[in-house]
Amino acid sequence: MKLYCLSGHPTLPCNVLKFKSTTVMLDCGLDMTSTLNFLPLPLVQSPRLSNLPGWSLKDGNAFLDKELKECSGHVFVDSVPEFCLPETELIDLSTVDVILISNYHCMMALPYITEHTGFTGTVYATEPTVQIGRLLMEELVNFIERVPKAQSASLWKNKDIQRLLPSPLKDAVEVSTWRRCYTMQEVNSALSKIQLVGYSQKIELFGAVQVTPLSSGYALGSSNWIIQSHYEKVSYVSGSSLLTTHPQPMDQASLKNSDVLILTGLTQIPTANPDGMVGEFCSNLALTVRNGGNVLVPCYPSGVIYDLLECLYQYIDSAGLSSIPFYFISPVANSSLEFSQIFAEWLCHNKQTKVYLPEPPFPHAELIQTNKLKHYPSIHGDFSNDFRQPCVVFTGHPSLRFGDVVHFMELWGKSSLNTVIFTEPDFSYLEALAPYQPLAMKCIYCPIDTRLNFIQVSKLLKEVQPLHVVCPEQYTQPPPAQSHRMDLMIDCQPPAMSYRRAEVLALPFKRRYEKIEIMPELADSLVPMEIKPGVSLATVSAVLHTKDNKHVLQPPPRPAQPTGGKKRKRASDDIPDCKVLKPLLSGSIPVDQFVQTLEKHGFSDIKVEDTAKGHIVLLQEAETLIQIEEDSTHIICDNDEMLRVRLRDLVLKFLQKF
Amino acid sequence: MDPECSRLLPALCAVLADPRQPVADDTCLEKLLDWFTTVTAAGSSLLLLQENPCLVELLFRVLKSQDLSSRILSFSLRLAGIFAAQEDCFQYLQGELLPMLFGEVGPLGGAAWTAPAVRSGWIQGLRTLAQHPSALRFLAACGAVDTIFSLQGDSSLFVASAAGQLLVHILDLAMRGPARGRCSPQACDWPACAQKIVCHIEDSLCSIATPQVTQALNVLTTVFGHCRGLWTQGLWVRLSPLVARLLEKDPVPASHSLVDLLLSVARSSVPSSDRGLWETLAQTLSHLSPTQAGPLALGILKLQDCPQALRTQAFGILLQPLACVLEAAAQAPGPPGLLGGAAGDPMTADTLLCSKSACVGLLCCALTHLGLLQPLPQRPSPWPQAPLLGAAVTVLRLCSGSVAPTSDVGGRLCAILVGCGRVQRAALDFLGALSQGAGPQESVTQVFSVLLEYLMSPESSSMVLKKAFQATLRWLLSSPKTPGCCDLDPRTQLFLRELLPVLQKRLCSPCWEVRDSGLEFLTQMTRHCGGQAGFRQALLASEVPELTKQLLQDPESYVRASAVTATGQLSSWALLAAPASPERPGAQQKSLLVELLHVLCADSEGFPRRAVMQVFTEWLRDGHADVAEDPERFVARVLQAASRDPDWEVRAQGLELALVFLGQLLGPRGSHCPCAVALPETAPPGTLAQALPEAAPPGTLAQALQVLCRVQLFEFAFRALFDCDRPVAQKSCDLLLFLRAKAAPCGSPQEAGDSPNVASVEATLQRWQAGEQGQPLGYLEPGAVMAVLRSIDLEGLRDTLAESSDHVEKSPQSLLQDMLAAVGVLGENEADCY
Repeated sequence: MKLYCLSGHPTLPCNVLKFKSTTVMLDCGLDMTSTLNFLPLPLVQSPRLSNLPGWSLKDGNAFLDKELKECSGHVFVDSVPEFCLPETELIDLSTVDVILISNYHCMMALPYITEHTGFTGTVYATEPTVQIGRLLMEELVNFIERVPKAQSASLWKNKDIQRLLPSPLKDAVEVSTWRRCYTMQEVNSALSKIQLVGYSQKIELFGAVQVTPLSSGYALGSSNWIIQSHYEKVSYVSGSSLLTTHPQPMDQASLKNSDVLILTGLTQIPTANPDGMVGEFCSNLALTVRNGGNVLVPCYPSGVIYDLLECLYQYIDSAGLSSIPFYFISPVANSSLEFSQIFAEWLCHNKQTKVYLPEPPFPHAELIQTNKLKHYPSIHGDFSNDFRQPCVVFTGHPSLRFGDVVHFMELWGKSSLNTVIFTEPDFSYLEALAPYQPLAMKCIYCPIDTRLNFIQVSKLLKEVQPLHVVCPEQYTQPPPAQSHRMDLMIDCQPPAMSYRRAEVLALPFKRRYEKIEIMPELADSLVPMEIKPGVSLATVSAVLHTKDNKHVLQPPPRPAQPTGGKKRKRASDDIPDCKVLKPLLSGSIPVDQFVQTLEKHGFSDIKVEDTAKGHIVLLQEAETLIQIEEDSTHIICDNDEMLRVRLRDLVLKFLQKF
Repeated sequence: MDPECSRLLPALCAVLADPRQPVADDTCLEKLLDWFTTVTAAGSSLLLLQENPCLVELLFRVLKSQDLSSRILSFSLRLAGIFAAQEDCFQYLQGELLPMLFGEVGPLGGAAWTAPAVRSGWIQGLRTLAQHPSALRFLAACGAVDTIFSLQGDSSLFVASAAGQLLVHILDLAMRGPARGRCSPQACDWPACAQKIVCHIEDSLCSIATPQVTQALNVLTTVFGHCRGLWTQGLWVRLSPLVARLLEKDPVPASHSLVDLLLSVARSSVPSSDRGLWETLAQTLSHLSPTQAGPLALGILKLQDCPQALRTQAFGILLQPLACVLEAAAQAPGPPGLLGGAAGDPMTADTLLCSKSACVGLLCCALTHLGLLQPLPQRPSPWPQAPLLGAAVTVLRLCSGSVAPTSDVGGRLCAILVGCGRVQRAALDFLGALSQGAGPQESVTQVFSVLLEYLMSPESSSMVLKKAFQATLRWLLSSPKTPGCCDLDPRTQLFLRELLPVLQKRLCSPCWEVRDSGLEFLTQMTRHCGGQAGFRQALLASEVPELTKQLLQDPESYVRASAVTATGQLSSWALLAAPASPERPGAQQKSLLVELLHVLCADSEGFPRRAVMQVFTEWLRDGHADVAEDPERFVARVLQAASRDPDWEVRAQGLELALVFLGQLLGPRGSHCPCAVALPETAPPGTLAQALPEAAPPGTLAQALQVLCRVQLFEFAFRALFDCDRPVAQKSCDLLLFLRAKAAPCGSPQEAGDSPNVASVEATLQRWQAGEQGQPLGYLEPGAVMAVLRSIDLEGLRDTLAESSDHVEKSPQSLLQDMLAAVGVLGENEADCY
């Protein structure tokens, strides 16, 4: 059993598990942090961005000044943003049988895999995962395609040139594999390969293994996966949460008794408690708006935004913010808000019960109804008519490199009254802000990551007790910035096995058993013999049929009747030879009784020697030696077959045959 | 005994002894016992029994009856104990009844004994009975002491505890015998009963079973805590070797009880005679685990008189956990820490690192103990203020994860403590307590920085924030003032400037507890520093006052109440408003008055309304500028609103405000005032009190009465006089008595006594008293008011109100009637059946 690790990002995993005869890809995350090296794509022409000076080498050589621009001491690639794909060379991805998706954030690389690697398998995911994943992809494609950029920079990627660039460009890894965003056609084609599954549904893969999605409590439709055969169980835990937010709670019990537990997608900000962060978010939002400033919240169109809107729903009246407009701007804003209300069966119990009242499960419906929350596909059109300040704007993309957020950063960045509040944990906020410097607006970083923290992981592992834990290397040591925090790492026994990008891991357990079915008529013919209380044995003569990874013992064919005629045998009659089987023996030989029996049969001058493994009975007169050991008996006599057979029969008297 | 009660008693006794008529209510039996206790305390029990033979009969019938409830049996045992407490009555009952009740032939051997109530009644009966030497002989004769020994291990904790108490009582009684001085340890002259108990204690102390050791230690703790005889010194001399022997065992059995005993002995008269006690204490300190030794160390340090060496040892134990923390977190060997450079105790370090619960428990205890010790006059000296500050700051930093210890132990401690709210709360409390002592500049800077870190951190829970606010307040208030002026020193001002934006953010928190703590902090801070220029400047430059005002509309009533108090306080110091427009000076302030009046009239919850009344009372008392403009109108509006309030505390506070107003009009109460309610000691400048001296001439008084009539204070007070809530009525009564006393020397009873106005007022008041409060009094003339005041029996009313509300129903007669009625014996309820 092997694990091929194709992604180095612990929360955007992409691993391939070879288990029995199947090849299963676990998640298909796309590392978008690469986009932070690019200049933002402004929706409206930005003189500031277009007038940034080109970057030149220390010696004054300016051959890269078209590709690289300088802004407040940082260098950015002036090109269509590109993404860092999962590793494609480590394993032939056309051999992947299935892809299991655990949540909508972990499927963003899907089109790259399904459309460009010869993949012919099936993708399994829950319905909300697919629907919201589609929205995220749609938004991403839309953000990038609506600002066409003529230029595609590639010169800087040359290894010799990259070495000369300043950090972080110099340190960017695998730049040659970075790719531009996919198209909507590719998205549609990729999504068409997905088969929808429900929680606890058992899916057979070629009869060899069974995969089952379990609720992971992190997002709408998010799942952990169980991959098991009859005797082995691998759990894949990715992006799980034990907090009470909107999704169905995490199913922990089903993870018990795993041989291997692959653990990914823990919180990216283990020191920040989501409750505290929500408090910070609300307080800072209120303070800004009260002072007449605007609040910008760069976010994804689904996920934490639902919880934030719910918090604000409760908070705005108490904070006297009822008259402040909240805008949600995304090409998929409408669909996202509406989808969230229709996936009742995937929601937590409280929200499910609301549906029967009937009430919308999320209170943002009421915010929309009362005009406190308005949503728009983009800043163009209706929004520009309705827009009034001070206001709160939720919009993407959290990287601040594309999407409507770029416009608001340009618009509000110059005033210290305004605040940008980062709630998504995927991007370093300082790096995200770098191309907007110098910036007057206030920046608040309150990342809300509801995924498991290390205390919760420790409790989870104690509860489910897997034999082995496998996790990204980042989880086996404290974060580099807080090397003293020994509590911020996985602490389990035996120590977790770690992996890194482009590494192949042999998982530490061997398969010992395989289940074989036995046909009823064959079972009927067996005559078990009890060799000790509770243990019976029977010999089985059968033909083993193996098809679709299922093994069946069938009765052996009857010995072929001599036909006598010249009739040609049909292929199907070509049966294997069945040799007459010798009976099997069991039992042990009590030496004293054996010696007595020998004496009774006329052997004299018998000597017994004890050896390390048993006894040697010496028949000195007959010059014969009988070695009796636990699992074998040898009669050694010189060319006296009669004597050997006599002695053999005496030995056999003490043993059982079956 | 009251003849009526005597008449009812036989029927009641019959009911009690009748198993077919169970008494449903236990409290009746308790009340009955209380009554008998009172009756026997006032007179002879023997006479009582002779006059009421039904009582003895009841006891006999209870004994004979097989199926009586355990509660009646328990009651009877306790009742017999009450009677037998008097020696002559004891003799009267001793012949037959007492042995049957308390001896082996009684309930002791029967099935009823399985009920804990019966065992408890048996113990309590004996406890009451054992008051005289005859009782001791009786106890010895009936073998009760052995039974009490066995009851010490009873499954019911109440019974077990009562058994221990009874043993102590018997021992005390036996040793209290005539002319017993200090007994020798050998105690050959000790009474047999005492000998037996002491031997039992000795056996228990030597037992290998911890529960028995615990029982013995608990009995001894009570002995040394409650018995004052010199014999206790002899007892200690006899038993101390056995107690010391407990320390040789590992682990020390019943360590909690042992600590209690040793502290109890140390607080008694024993130390004056036995210096060996200090040695035992020192040994105990060194034998117990760090967690067990903490309470003992604290107890020792609280003792008034104990050897310095022992105090040093005890203090060392309290300091150990913090010393270990300091040592573990130290980046480099620094100056001698808490223990003068000595290394931390490895046992303490092990306890800290062995598990999270042990670590948290030990640290919290250490912090709490040291915090309790800090303000005491007998705290150890020199008090290591600077290292303790350092330790508290380090613990807080370990909890927040903001310190990066280099050592392995430090790393493990950090992993255990990070995010631990319990330790954070204890450390913040301790840090607050340390504010009472000075500290080096550097330490204080660290304190302010860690407090700010906690106040800012989104990870701080609401409880931790509350503690952080409290500690911050204590440090701010104790910070040194700039020499030569009464303003905050520059460092504190700097801190304040950093603090206010944090407070601002906390006032916007979605968690109401946080908003509330923030407002409480602001109120206290303003109360104490409102006059200091540095504070005023920083506060006015921030948005805190404006935010506070907005919180008057908070959805949470507690927060609204705190906002009312805070705005009231800010307004008192003229800190609320942004600079008002030149053409309307004070416009903002006025609007707060209107806003608070609106809260008083319209808020649906009681807390904000109560807060408004307190603010208004304070404003009136202190001569708040807006109130001083037209106090008459202010009082009229407030009283009008308060009189309609459904919350009695608001109405009572209204009377408080009225009293302040009266004080200002008529001058504070003088020596002739009979009232108990306290008035402010001094009236603030600029109020009416200055215009009206205490002995106001008749003309001034008439004017004052006119004012009171105009603000309808009398209508308010008279209504309150008949308020259904007693505290309101009492307060009103006090107020009217005060007023009458003030006016008495001046007025003449004839002036308006017979006018029709007075008659109508009296008629209305009578209707009010009867509960019909709908009709208003209308405008009252001062003369009529005085006449009415004189006609009402205010003293009588005050006495009635002083009685508890159930005084009528509490009479023994009523109790007996109730009990009989409950089982239908009185007959009058029978009619209800048809």
